Amino acid sequence: MKISTDRCVACGNCIPVCPVGAIDIDPSIRRAVVDQERCVECFTCYRGLSTEHLNPTLVRTIRTVLGWVRVRFDPEPDVCPTAAIEPQELSWPRIVRRAFSDPLVPHESTGIHGRGTEEVKTNDVTHRVAEGEAGFTIEFGRPTVSASFRDISALTEALAGAGVEFEANNPVTHLMTDKKTGRIREDVLDERVLSAIVEIKTTMDRVPEILETATEAAKKIDTIVSIGVSTRCDDEGRSALEDVLHDEGFAFWRGKTNLGLGRRPQVTRAT
Amino acid sequence: MTNTLHRYGAPQTLADDYIVFAMAARGVNDEGSVEKFRTFLEIARRHRPVNLGDATQGGVYRASKKLNPLAHWFRRDERDPDSLVRNVNQPTVVSAVFDNPESLEGFLGDIREADLGLSINISALTDRADEIARRAGITRHSVEYSLGFFGALDKLPDRATLTLATMCGHGMISFNFAKKMIDWVKEGRRTPESASTYMARFCTCGIFNTTRSCRVLRDCANR
Repeated sequence: MKISTDRCVACGNCIPVCPVGAIDIDPSIRRAVVDQERCVECFTCYRGLSTEHLNPTLVRTIRTVLGWVRVRFDPEPDVCPTAAIEPQELSWPRIVRRAFSDPLVPHESTGIHGRGTEEVKTNDVTHRVAEGEAGFTIEFGRPTVSASFRDISALTEALAGAGVEFEANNPVTHLMTDKKTGRIREDVLDERVLSAIVEIKTTMDRVPEILETATEAAKKIDTIVSIGVSTRCDDEGRSALEDVLHDEGFAFWRGKTNLGLGRRPQVTRAT
Repeated sequence: MTNTLHRYGAPQTLADDYIVFAMAARGVNDEGSVEKFRTFLEIARRHRPVNLGDATQGGVYRASKKLNPLAHWFRRDERDPDSLVRNVNQPTVVSAVFDNPESLEGFLGDIREADLGLSINISALTDRADEIARRAGITRHSVEYSLGFFGALDKLPDRATLTLATMCGHGMISFNFAKKMIDWVKEGRRTPESASTYMARFCTCGIFNTTRSCRVLRDCANR
């Protein structure tokens, strides 16, 4: 993302809305500037701020005059008064930042918006996680902290060391050079994203071991890791996973409940 | 919509937060699903949701790209659920946010009747979701639990800021903006309602719960 030096009036509204703190006012030019290293191309500033298209020269003059008498020009907090924020053309590998950070862009690998994953949300149709199995969603950079693929690779390599199998239809898996080692391709390792999810599936008896591997590896990287665990319930709607998580000492009360109302289309066989 | 999985808050602070979303499995039952997504949203509207969203086009609260300067004093309510429903034009994830169990139960009953064939998920307290679904005649199929945050926890802000910011799990509501809104409400510069609307506009999936946000902001102001 860029901010037009011609249009910016340095009102500062874009500074707090940036999830990763990539925007500052440069005092030497008195304009907002984007730190390209920190920016994750999430488009929050561009899309989330409303715009007014005011004349920048007029606004700067008003701000200067008001400033002489210590009165501050105070636009609505979610408005860029001069529409100064401009997307820029992204090329590889920087384009990876937007694919993982902007929820309105579908992932090329899965075609799904957001973080590109279906997880257990369509389990009633895909039957991806069966009874006696556990699905894990291990998410990096959330909430609103961001992560580099170097951090992500460190944890996926630890998980691979535990012999897990990564979900094939997942955007992070698509960036691995070798699914057996969990290593992510070299050219994206320094790219930062707002968040990314790794998905794996194991048998229920391996849940404690995988959680220990993930939480221990999380201590060694410089971001937040959010963990979700899922399973298929039995016919009465009971979840065997609850006892396992209680035994391991995890506190949990919130989550997603798939109601089982989805179904595959009926195929009529020609006779 | 893992977007909704890790909303921060103790169980007693999540009793007014129920997100229901509909999704099709890509390449399995997504063909011909557009009309079903619209039906989901229309049924949801009958039960007075506090927010509605479509993952491909945004939520019912959204930024305006052609405000005039009078917006500083007189800003119109730009919510337009009609166009949100009308503009669903591809397989997507649609969502509705409810702030009470009665509305959720009524909605689930109607969704069961409608038999859309889409995957329907509730993101909420898992025990409450199970209980309400059973009352609506539905036995859950699968469940995913949030185990919370691990790793560099020193990067996280205070509880109120975290509660507000995690109501958009995609991270579109920054910690700094949530903190700014808390401060503005404390200083009496904005009401909890208008501060909640500012934040809701940044949540592109339309899953920000404005009722819960107002309560959090009011609590901050009264502390």
